[in-house]
Amino acid sequence: MRVLAAMSGGVDSAVAAARAVDAGHDVTGVHLALSKNAQSYRSGARGCCTLEDSRDARRAADVIGIPFYVWDMAERFHADVVEDFLAEYASGRTPNPCVRCNERIKFEAVLDRALALGFDAVATGHYARLRRGDDGVVEMHRSADPGKDQSYVLGVLTQDQLAHSMFPLGDSRKDAVRAEAESRGLAVAGKPDSHDICFIANGDTAGFLRDRLGEAGGPIVDQAGSVVGEHEGAFGFTVGQRKGLRLGTPSPDGRPRYVLDIEPVSRTVTVGPREALSVRRMEGVQPRWCGPAPRGVLDCTVQIRAHGEEMPASVFVADDGAGTEGRVVVELRDPALGVAPGQAVVMYDGTRVVGSATIETTGP
Amino acid sequence: MNSPVTYLDHAATTPMIPEALAAMTEHLRTLGNPSSLHTSGREARRVVEEARETIAQALGSRPSDVVFTAGGTESDNLALKGMYWSRRAGDPGRRRILASAIEHHAVLDPLHWLTTEAGAEVEYVPVDGLGRLQVDALRDGIERDPESVALVSVMWANNEVGTVQPLAEVVRLAQAHGIPVHTDAVQAVGQLPVDFAASGVDALTVSAHKLGGPAGVGALVVRRELALTPVLHGGGQERDVRSGTLNTPAIAGMAAAVELAVKRQPEFAAETAALRDSLVARVREVVPDAVLNGDPGPGIEHRLPGNAHLTFPGCDGDLLLMLLDAQRIECSTGSACSAGVPEVSHVLLAMGISESHVRGSLRFSLGHGSSKGDVDRLVEAIGPAVERARAAGVADRRGRAARGAVRDDEGGS
Ligand SMILES: Cc1ncc(COP(=O)(O)O)c(C=O)c1O
Repeated sequence: MRVLAAMSGGVDSAVAAARAVDAGHDVTGVHLALSKNAQSYRSGARGCCTLEDSRDARRAADVIGIPFYVWDMAERFHADVVEDFLAEYASGRTPNPCVRCNERIKFEAVLDRALALGFDAVATGHYARLRRGDDGVVEMHRSADPGKDQSYVLGVLTQDQLAHSMFPLGDSRKDAVRAEAESRGLAVAGKPDSHDICFIANGDTAGFLRDRLGEAGGPIVDQAGSVVGEHEGAFGFTVGQRKGLRLGTPSPDGRPRYVLDIEPVSRTVTVGPREALSVRRMEGVQPRWCGPAPRGVLDCTVQIRAHGEEMPASVFVADDGAGTEGRVVVELRDPALGVAPGQAVVMYDGTRVVGSATIETTGP
Repeated sequence: MNSPVTYLDHAATTPMIPEALAAMTEHLRTLGNPSSLHTSGREARRVVEEARETIAQALGSRPSDVVFTAGGTESDNLALKGMYWSRRAGDPGRRRILASAIEHHAVLDPLHWLTTEAGAEVEYVPVDGLGRLQVDALRDGIERDPESVALVSVMWANNEVGTVQPLAEVVRLAQAHGIPVHTDAVQAVGQLPVDFAASGVDALTVSAHKLGGPAGVGALVVRRELALTPVLHGGGQERDVRSGTLNTPAIAGMAAAVELAVKRQPEFAAETAALRDSLVARVREVVPDAVLNGDPGPGIEHRLPGNAHLTFPGCDGDLLLMLLDAQRIECSTGSACSAGVPEVSHVLLAMGISESHVRGSLRFSLGHGSSKGDVDRLVEAIGPAVERARAAGVADRRGRAARGAVRDDEGGS
């Protein structure tokens, strides 16, 4: 097959590209330039937007012995990921930009372009497993390395996207991948993993949002609506957050308070006790099914944040849930704390990804 | 992977001609610092001075006008900074620099630096739709206040679209007010007749690797009467204007290349222009809507003989480059930043070409060794490549449109 390997400059995508070559594919490496000015989003050594990363990716491609190009995806990335990120926060939700980037950049903009250019698939260094069934359905499963599993951020991918995807690292553990990079002579073997949002310099999400969305203060209220404090801008808050509230009035019972809700229009931040964070019921929109859409009630497990735990749940699928339209209602068996609207809920049957949806509302 | 290379990027760098390779390797074997006073030093010095005379002879200058540098970029920096500083030292009011809007980055970036760090006021003189300097605009710029002009810099011929600049008129306008002129002739030497003295310019940049010599060596041909403030300070090896131990083997290689390139220039230009014309015509037979950018000529007074710069509407030039490269056909989209991200060409934008046309353009540049076979291979490959690149462009636009629609929906709910 003709395979386009997306190479971030990190160890995982480098080994993935090398394995695709070993598997006999005709591989071309591409580094995605996601920022117009290579330094503008992030000036540290990690992340996906730096000069250094582009150079590391190029060196890895040299070592592997494949052609290498840089694709300028800055405009698409800005429109589809950065602006979406800002718009979501401005509406009081907590987006996951990595999910968005996979959905719209790596497995849409890049994949579409690759297919048009005559490639058969896009390979990435994600930790997830794909299994192609005889019926043509592509199943996605959790990685062999539970600590590194990335099926959550890939849960939005459609069958069409998965049919043209390759995750050569799905069966491996991270330490084995590092060792392999070392033995292949890939200089990126020792490079640290990136964890933060790649387009936010120094990891200061609140500062990034303040700079771009403007800052305006507002009240912090308790569940009864009494003002218990002031804030200088709501963007720094996430549902479930406890630190940094700087409340003047202590809670009546002296117990710590948590952010329960952020209302962007009036900039009201509601706080309350830990129990009030408890969520049992969520409504999700834009469901994507990894295979045929389930009908009726689905007993499964769900994950509601990256690296979050798996929780047993029942999912009710609205009748029209075949495509991206429709809704799902998720009932957790045990309550979860601090579920933020905007995050993805990914549903699993054992290790298999059943589908995903974007959390819109939550309730006790 | 083993298919032969079709190299259509001579404007980026050229293969070394055998004579240059022989001269360079011979002197790589010999010992000697041209500044040393002993026999080995004298022998190395002799090689350097013979090279200087050869180059001076070929380019129409006196040997003492030739200052060896580490290439075109250094020569441009030395000319611009050196002339600006010394002219400003002579009269602090001389702060204006007039340069064409289509200079190479080796000129634009030093000028930008002079603006931010040394109080220069740079005026970029516009070009017309063919990429030719607007002489009237230059005249207006000079005559507005000739006393305040430190220097004028206009390239001999443009590296992207190949348009030859009206240098004689530039020199006439500047000389009338005693303003020195620098020209970047990196692309011109070997392609066009270049005579330093006859041109009337005060400083001229030449680079060896664009004409069959080694990379990392070049010269600034500069009238020795013109005061230049050094950029590199040190041992003062080159007229006290440029320091650093001279690279004897590279200089010998450069001299061999310059001598032959200049000697062969008339024949080379005629043959190469004919080959280039057939490349353009045949590519446009396959891709009828391909547009030739730059001056259509005819003749080398208008356009570098090796340059073909084409826009393929609806294509992304980078993708086209990649598709051709997969078949070992090598060309260029212009320049890329250090991260490898292709930059939108300031030259094409200055010519008034729309950004989408700029993105869809490719430069094919022919040189020594280019053959009909190269053109045949390009003509064979370009049609399917353009088709693919267009399909990718359609996919990109569809994706953007779909997203726009989604955003609108979301905005409404
Ligand atoms: C017009 C022009 N000026 C300057 C340069 C820089 O020359 P060099 O590569 O020798 O530094 C180039 C080469 O890219 C060029 O085309």
